[in-house]
Amino acid sequence: MSATLTEPTSAAESILAPARASKARGGASRALWVLPPLVLAAGFFLYPLALVVKQSFVDKNERVGLDVWRDVLNSPSFGDALWNTVKIAVLSTLGCLVVGFFLALVLSFVPFPGARAVGRIVDTVLAFPSFLIALAFTFLYGTAGVVNAAADKLGLGEPLVGFLYSPWCVVLAEITFYTPFVMRPLLAAFALVPRDRLDVAASLGAGPLRVIGQVLLPEAWPALAAGGSLTLLLTLNEFGIVLFIGAKDVTTLPMLVHAKGAVTFDYPGACVVAVVEVALSLTLYAVYRFVFSRTGAGRAGLVA
Amino acid sequence: MLVWSRSGRALVWALFALVFAPLVLAPLAILGIAAFAGDWNSVLPASWTSENIREATAGTNHDSLVVSIETALGASLIAIVVGTWAAIAARTAPRWLRRLTDAVFHLPVAVPSVVVGLGMLVAFSDGPILLNGTKWIVIAAHAVLVVTFAYSTVSAGLDRTDAAFADVAASLGASAARVLLRVRLPMLLPSITAAASLAIALSMGEVGATIMVYPAEWRTLPVSVFTLTDRGKVLLGSAVTVVLLVATLVVLTIVGLLKGRVEERKRRR
Repeated sequence: MSATLTEPTSAAESILAPARASKARGGASRALWVLPPLVLAAGFFLYPLALVVKQSFVDKNERVGLDVWRDVLNSPSFGDALWNTVKIAVLSTLGCLVVGFFLALVLSFVPFPGARAVGRIVDTVLAFPSFLIALAFTFLYGTAGVVNAAADKLGLGEPLVGFLYSPWCVVLAEITFYTPFVMRPLLAAFALVPRDRLDVAASLGAGPLRVIGQVLLPEAWPALAAGGSLTLLLTLNEFGIVLFIGAKDVTTLPMLVHAKGAVTFDYPGACVVAVVEVALSLTLYAVYRFVFSRTGAGRAGLVA
Repeated sequence: MLVWSRSGRALVWALFALVFAPLVLAPLAILGIAAFAGDWNSVLPASWTSENIREATAGTNHDSLVVSIETALGASLIAIVVGTWAAIAARTAPRWLRRLTDAVFHLPVAVPSVVVGLGMLVAFSDGPILLNGTKWIVIAAHAVLVVTFAYSTVSAGLDRTDAAFADVAASLGASAARVLLRVRLPMLLPSITAAASLAIALSMGEVGATIMVYPAEWRTLPVSVFTLTDRGKVLLGSAVTVVLLVATLVVLTIVGLLKGRVEERKRRR
């Protein structure tokens, strides 16, 4: 009996064995096949990045040293930019987590007719360029924008004068754009929660808030952590939204890199800011990969 | 079911609408309105016109549109070839090399696009490879930014496909090239087209790296939108943005149709 059971597998093994053996033999040649893409990545990505680090230590007069670093780190614009970047990224991420959790919760567990269409709209926003949101915000919240005009007509004055050029507007724009990045893994995680569990909890007398806290939140943590850290990473690096809103007082590190690198052509200065920015986001990225590998967020629908 | 009472559900839905409408719907709707607005000083435009859309598809904006599409297709093609190659080759490489490839190809997602652009400027402004001032610096920057998505999408696809098919084909005597072309790539086709769509969408909307490196004669559409809005021509800027979105959708639809054609051919065979 056992012989007839093992026979097919061993037959399959004997068919596959030569292929596997040839695979093992070609170890060196197989390693060679990875080289062309790796060389390209090294040449067009790692090498420029290394040059950015090197350039940050060489000032405009070709002198090597820490002069550029000292100048940039001591300038008030750098401190402001660093503080703005972190502040905007943290506030936006918190906003995305709250709004994303609420929207995903309603779409999953208090569905209404058309909830699927809403889900599809959210997916579409993911593929849009971020500056689109900033552009829309100038029409909505600008001094002559829709909200101010409407409030003026209603006799409320113009409540949002200057809002467009405040950090809060950037935060709101980033929440709008990045909330889908939190919702997507959450919706995937919620889809795996058995509906019976909610019904049982409710039949035992738990109110909605208790069900959320004790049944849903434990299921949502991994997705929240993965979505949140990805959002934090992306908001730290966000450029399009800040550029298009164009508030003079709201400078972030990527904006500073752009101003120094492409406007005043101060490459060494731009490189210093770039190194700080990359160090910041790489640290966060390491945390993200750690969370990602621990919680299997890949299954929750996040790529990257 | 989370909320059981009818009034409770109505309350939750009202709150949902209150958050969703201004946050997601209003910005999208407003751009569409602005693209066709003639004169806009109050809550709604006082007059409507298609003049902006006409101007957004003519002259320099038309050139920018062509540049954007060429850049997106070129960069995505490079990214797909390099990313797919790396993903497939890393699969059978020794463990340490596989991890290295994984790390290198995932890294661009953590580097701000402006820094990728700055790196291109620093590396390719002089020396053996001179790209600064040519369209290739834009295409190279875009390819670097999207290759990470191509790599991770195809890697995820490889995780889902059964490696035994390739092994069986090889054991039946198919050459390595034949296994690649007739078994592995066709099985990966869904991931490859998904990666291509994502790459094209991202490249069409890219600003950060482009604005750092673009030469005057190779200005992509998002950069044109920025120059327009920066000069106060916001209505024309919205019209150009709408053109950009429509063009992206058209290109993605064509990619989808091509995928359908290939799959149909596969089925008929």
